[in-house]
Amino acid sequence: MMRKSLQRMFAVSALAGAVALSAGTALAADVIKIGVAGPHTGANAAFGEQLWVGAVQAAADINAAGGVNGKKIEVIKADDACEPKQAVAVANRLVDQDKVDAIVGHFCSSSTIPATEIYAEADKLAITPASTNPKVTERGLPTVFRTCGRDDQQGVVAADFILKTLKAKKVAVIHDKDTYGQGLADAMKAAAGKQGVKEVLYEGLTRGEKDFNALATKIKASGADAVYFGGLHSEAGPLVRQLREQGMNAPFISGDGIVDEAFVTAAGGPQYAKGVYMTFGADPRKLPSSKAVVDELQKKGLKSEGYVLYSYAATQAIAEAIKATKSTKGSELAKWLKSHTVKTVMGDKAWDAKGDLKVSDYVMYQWDDKGKYAELPTK
Amino acid sequence: MDWHILGQQIINGLTLGSIYGLIAIGYTMVYGIIGMINFAHGDVYMVSAYLMAITLAVIHFFGIDSVFFALLLTLAVTMALTGLYGWSIERVAYRPLRGSTRLAPLISAIGISLLLQNYVQISQGARVQGIPTLIEGTIRFGSGEDFVQIKYVQVLILVASLACMAGLSWLIGGTNLGRQCRAVQQDRKMAAILGVNTDRIISLVFVIGAVMAAVAGVLVTLNYGSFDFYVGFVTGIKAFTAAVLGGIGSLPGAMLGGLILGLLESLFSGFVNTDYKDVFSFAVLVGVLIFKPSGLLGRPEVEKV
Repeated sequence: MMRKSLQRMFAVSALAGAVALSAGTALAADVIKIGVAGPHTGANAAFGEQLWVGAVQAAADINAAGGVNGKKIEVIKADDACEPKQAVAVANRLVDQDKVDAIVGHFCSSSTIPATEIYAEADKLAITPASTNPKVTERGLPTVFRTCGRDDQQGVVAADFILKTLKAKKVAVIHDKDTYGQGLADAMKAAAGKQGVKEVLYEGLTRGEKDFNALATKIKASGADAVYFGGLHSEAGPLVRQLREQGMNAPFISGDGIVDEAFVTAAGGPQYAKGVYMTFGADPRKLPSSKAVVDELQKKGLKSEGYVLYSYAATQAIAEAIKATKSTKGSELAKWLKSHTVKTVMGDKAWDAKGDLKVSDYVMYQWDDKGKYAELPTK
Repeated sequence: MDWHILGQQIINGLTLGSIYGLIAIGYTMVYGIIGMINFAHGDVYMVSAYLMAITLAVIHFFGIDSVFFALLLTLAVTMALTGLYGWSIERVAYRPLRGSTRLAPLISAIGISLLLQNYVQISQGARVQGIPTLIEGTIRFGSGEDFVQIKYVQVLILVASLACMAGLSWLIGGTNLGRQCRAVQQDRKMAAILGVNTDRIISLVFVIGAVMAAVAGVLVTLNYGSFDFYVGFVTGIKAFTAAVLGGIGSLPGAMLGGLILGLLESLFSGFVNTDYKDVFSFAVLVGVLIFKPSGLLGRPEVEKV
């Protein structure tokens, strides 16, 4: 008796499943699939969340306004854990299995670089909201774009600030031996070198560790009057804390790898994170074009910090290009994007032949004693 | 050379090393008794950091404000809960496979390791977690800019590691329970024939290892203030290295291996180069293993005929 009813239950659910499946395939032709790839697990999951929140909100808003040429946008989450190997695996999955039409992502430059090779081969448009390493767009791949700046621009802004505003003479340069971190540190180092300042220390730490006391002692002993770090918040936090604990109070400057409140948590609280400087694009949350989106996110209890709006803008750019070209071919979308200006949540954006933004606007930010960051007033 | 810098690096190395040592105890004891590596041990340490933060929050909720008392209670609760994890791991991943090939429990331990990481990530979120600074203050020697400093937390780490080490040595060397442990280590079948409940002893060893990892987890979290679900990986590998360096299976070897590894890392990082500190530590490990394959304090394996 029991078994019979169980069997019936299975039969019913299988039938329901089959119906749902066929409904799914019927719908598939009417949606535009956008893969959102980033670290959704691992130490940098906070950033993956930023990309995801931005893309989901953009898709919802575009769909609410009628979609793209009558089709709805569907976003598909892909997790690369900020590891190059996994990035290649999810890129293949997005292309072969999920059959996405375009990609927003990835986050870490070391993931974006290998993954975009796969997208380019499959002729899919990929826009990274966050990968700032120059190599991302320097490899001649026609379908790769970004809605953020480049580290060789970011490094120059940081170097100018350190040498001219902070008037530091001895800079210690630390990086995390990753494509992004070391690339950014090298860019800053080169820019400072052009102004005749050579670093007093240049060292790489190991990602995933928490004890940087030995390095902190070394930085202190080097007599540096500014510490520049190229890397992400999970290492920047403990490093700045251990420097402060050892009585080393020189300014700490980093890049866009620490634009999440997780940096404050990683440092062990605002008392350690306060005063830390970072370079990041001019705050898009202040633009009139982003007000509605920022308010909407706030209503849902979501933050619009860091790369959320960059991801939103990337999704918008994809949607606009598909709308205009009525195609999902990467090469056609890329051609259109390189010759048109797109109205995004971050204002009007246009791209050069490499896929870089024509105008990038890095500015300095500072973390305060409440665990928030704000743009420094320009002098 | 500036002596205060050397002194500071030695203090850095000793605190780091005693943490490695505490975690290495878990590896070395399990290996000593069943001859297998518990690859889930690093994640047990990670779990203990979460348990500590949760306990601390609960204690705070009940309005216990005395830092000393709150910490003592947190330490006790964390040790008990983490011990439970150790016991469960043995029950789930090792006992059903006892008597099967040597490789099987190794794989099941890796499975537990992945399970713990993903379970914590899903239940607690992937973001970095943190606790407020509970113990502040430092002792400074020297004057002006040239000083050597040790934080109260670091003192606590050193004292607690020494106390744990002394306690364990007494437990293994001077109690009836310890004698049973040593008997199982030497010859499990014979011990069983002579009336030792070997299953219980093996469980106990897993619990002791987990409890030591919990002590390390609490101390590290107090010291660095932040942790995520991935911290068990790197620390676990380092502690495992420490155990092998000191001679896996040897209790004092684990502590010695930990301290040496910590010192090597911080001295190399401080005076030579941070990029290659891991390369250097592992090169030393390889060197030691070439000349003394059973580690610094390990006894050479005697084939039983």
